[in-house]
Amino acid sequence: MTPPLLDIQRLSVDFATRRGTVRAIDSISLSVAKGETLGIVGESGSGKSVTSYAVMNILDRAGKIAGGKISYGGMSMHKISERDMRDIRGREISMIFQNPRAALNPIRKVGQQIADVLVQHNQATRSTARDKAIEMLLAVKIKDAEKRFEAYPFELSGGMCQRVVIAMALACKPQLLIADEPTTGLDVTTQKAVMDLISELTARFNMSTILITHDLGLAAAYCDRLVVMEKGHVVEQNTSQALFNAPQKAYTKQLLNATPHRDSYVRDLLTPEQQAQALALPASTEPGAALLSVKSLKKEFGKPGSGNHHIAVRDLSFDIRKGESLGLVGESGCGKSTTSSMIMRLLDTTEGSIEFLGQDIAAIPAKQFARHALRGKLQMVFQDPTDSLNPRWSAERSIADPLLRLSPDMTDADRQARILELATLVGLPVELLNRFPHQLSGGQKARVGIARAVAMEPELLILDEPTAALDVSVQAVVLNLLEDLKHRLGMSYLFISHDLNVVRLLCDRIIVMQQGEIVEEGHAHEIMDAPKTDYTRSLLAAIPHPPAPDASASETTALVQDGAS
Amino acid sequence: MSNLAITPSTSQRAQSREGYWHHLRYIMAENPLTGVSFGLFFGLIAVAIFGPYLVPFDPVATGVGPALQPPGVNHWFGTDHLGRDVFSRVVVATRLDLLISVSAVALSFVFGSIIGCFAGYFGGWTDRISGRLMDTIMAFPLFVLAMGIVAAAGNSIENIVYATAIINLPFYARMARAEVSIRRNAGFVQAARLSGNSELRVLFGHIFPNTLPPMMVQISLNMGWAILNAAGLSFIGLGVQPPMPEWGILVAEGANFIISGEWWLVVFPGLALMLAVFTFNLIGDGLRDLVDPQRRT
Repeated sequence: MTPPLLDIQRLSVDFATRRGTVRAIDSISLSVAKGETLGIVGESGSGKSVTSYAVMNILDRAGKIAGGKISYGGMSMHKISERDMRDIRGREISMIFQNPRAALNPIRKVGQQIADVLVQHNQATRSTARDKAIEMLLAVKIKDAEKRFEAYPFELSGGMCQRVVIAMALACKPQLLIADEPTTGLDVTTQKAVMDLISELTARFNMSTILITHDLGLAAAYCDRLVVMEKGHVVEQNTSQALFNAPQKAYTKQLLNATPHRDSYVRDLLTPEQQAQALALPASTEPGAALLSVKSLKKEFGKPGSGNHHIAVRDLSFDIRKGESLGLVGESGCGKSTTSSMIMRLLDTTEGSIEFLGQDIAAIPAKQFARHALRGKLQMVFQDPTDSLNPRWSAERSIADPLLRLSPDMTDADRQARILELATLVGLPVELLNRFPHQLSGGQKARVGIARAVAMEPELLILDEPTAALDVSVQAVVLNLLEDLKHRLGMSYLFISHDLNVVRLLCDRIIVMQQGEIVEEGHAHEIMDAPKTDYTRSLLAAIPHPPAPDASASETTALVQDGAS
Repeated sequence: MSNLAITPSTSQRAQSREGYWHHLRYIMAENPLTGVSFGLFFGLIAVAIFGPYLVPFDPVATGVGPALQPPGVNHWFGTDHLGRDVFSRVVVATRLDLLISVSAVALSFVFGSIIGCFAGYFGGWTDRISGRLMDTIMAFPLFVLAMGIVAAAGNSIENIVYATAIINLPFYARMARAEVSIRRNAGFVQAARLSGNSELRVLFGHIFPNTLPPMMVQISLNMGWAILNAAGLSFIGLGVQPPMPEWGILVAEGANFIISGEWWLVVFPGLALMLAVFTFNLIGDGLRDLVDPQRRT
């Protein structure tokens, strides 16, 4: 058996913080063979990114390797000088980061940035760099590579930027590629394109890859072997097939469970203990009369004929009935956020009507709606729980805000009682109420946001990708909480997301939007099982497909033997 | 139920007050320089408040000792050409100098923030008009502009305050504008609108408090600058008039005697001025940490 390309033995990393030393990763061992794709999966704080930083020797000043060794192709990486390390980075090992736009220099042409990498590592001279860079742009399937060479990062879409970053990372034909959450923040379709590209290129150049992700489904679909990490420890490692079909450890099972599948119900995501506590859901609810009806809604930005004229939403009509959950699905830029802002009355409409509880609220200017009687009945849960809480306010103050503004007659004692009641309702421990947002975890912040949104007992709640920034296990709990609240408080939901698997869990009906128009509308199971349009089909196909659980056991063992020989 | 509900609130409030002092102590202990600067700052404040009652001699009385005495046991900082005690004059001047700079900075902070907040939040014409107005002020050499304002409006302490406030206005307006405009569409601002806050309340209740940490640094740097500015105006004979003790005037009067070797007339008020400016420059980071909730753990 040939020695592995990268071999990490009993590696520990410590971070010096205000409260003493914290061990971020604790004696982990893993290895990557030549040409292999390894997935490191874990939730935030599991130490998966720190592992990759330790390999690249780019830990920040507070972090240091406390023990163990990292060897790469026989070299001891933790002993190497910074000077040699600089040579290895990019030429031998390269990395793709989470936010492609931040990884590119905003004031330099993208082609030039690829050329810089080539020249830096003596792979090209000034005169040949341009041609080689264009070659790389072609390799990452950027059309019009000659023209795109001259583009600045802001002129490219997120997916395009990530392709450029991949081109930079692969420009010097490294042996090992570390991809740290390369598709977070990208649409499902773009995610698929980027991941397909990475796996195609690494196969072509016979490179090894480490894919770091929180998405078990994504990792399983693209990796040969998976390492599951929790709180700085390796919980389990196995081939993707084996891990998916027969997880050994409870944590892996829980993680697998919490990842939404095509056929899972919202309660299935929870652990058995959590399920036992959950509310029994009524078998099926019959939606009542129309609560919200949107008719030929239209939004234009800029003046017609001017350079920045843009129609975000064109002729949109749909209804939400009482007690119903409607999913609104589409890629970024399809107009779903604009639509939600207009319904929320944060944005004025260009044309069309929005009838809510029998009143046309589109006629009321967004600026005056704050004082309107219906303000409290129409609320929203935002995408980013951190961004949506005032950093100077404690959780209690944030939840109290709508009560203070919208029911000013409430006495202090009543308000206090209501805040405690809301905290209990959303499962936020009462002792956390006087904490500031930065002292709360993502899931707790999400609960504060939800408590604030339901404080005025709204009739319609818009959920704008409420779990996009959360870990899968937290997502599972939050989705269940939302499902509970809907039944307890009799609310209707408009759930906005690009992830059909998540939307399907909560929604009865789904609308698929593309370029400001509805392309398909129907019951959740119809859309999932029998999509009528190509666009919906492409959205469905883009969802990562982990190995099927019914794959035969013999196949699994064969794979294991393959890897071992 | 109501009993149960009130208890956490009151205990919480007590906790947060205690937490504030704890936080102050933590901030001072974490960075020794911050501790020193807070110490100096409270020292200056104490001198400004109690100084006039504690000084050994009347600061404006002439002939309390022989003229032009070098520093000694009776007159720690020596005496001037009229036999006045320099120590008493330097100590008593603290109150006036701090008063001028604090009121000038407070005025420019309040008005600059209001202008900047409106410009940053509403944009458009509000922004354009206030922006050009601030550019106009910045286009003048600032000290010369202050001289002009005092000369035109009349030679009084209030006018020194107004002049200093006006020349500092653009710094606050620009900073507030930048800090507000990056937050005007943040998630928590949208959420505040959904909670039924009016536009003005969103602006001043939600966005503006979040701009305070960088503003605090600006305030403290500006304080030092405002003291220098007031002293500078007095030095050239505008604003505060002799025999009222003021650091700028003390330096100006003492400057006549440098050639003849009576150095103490210039050095001590100069040192006092330097110490005050030094304190305010140092205290900025500490103040920022104090008003930033993210530093609280």
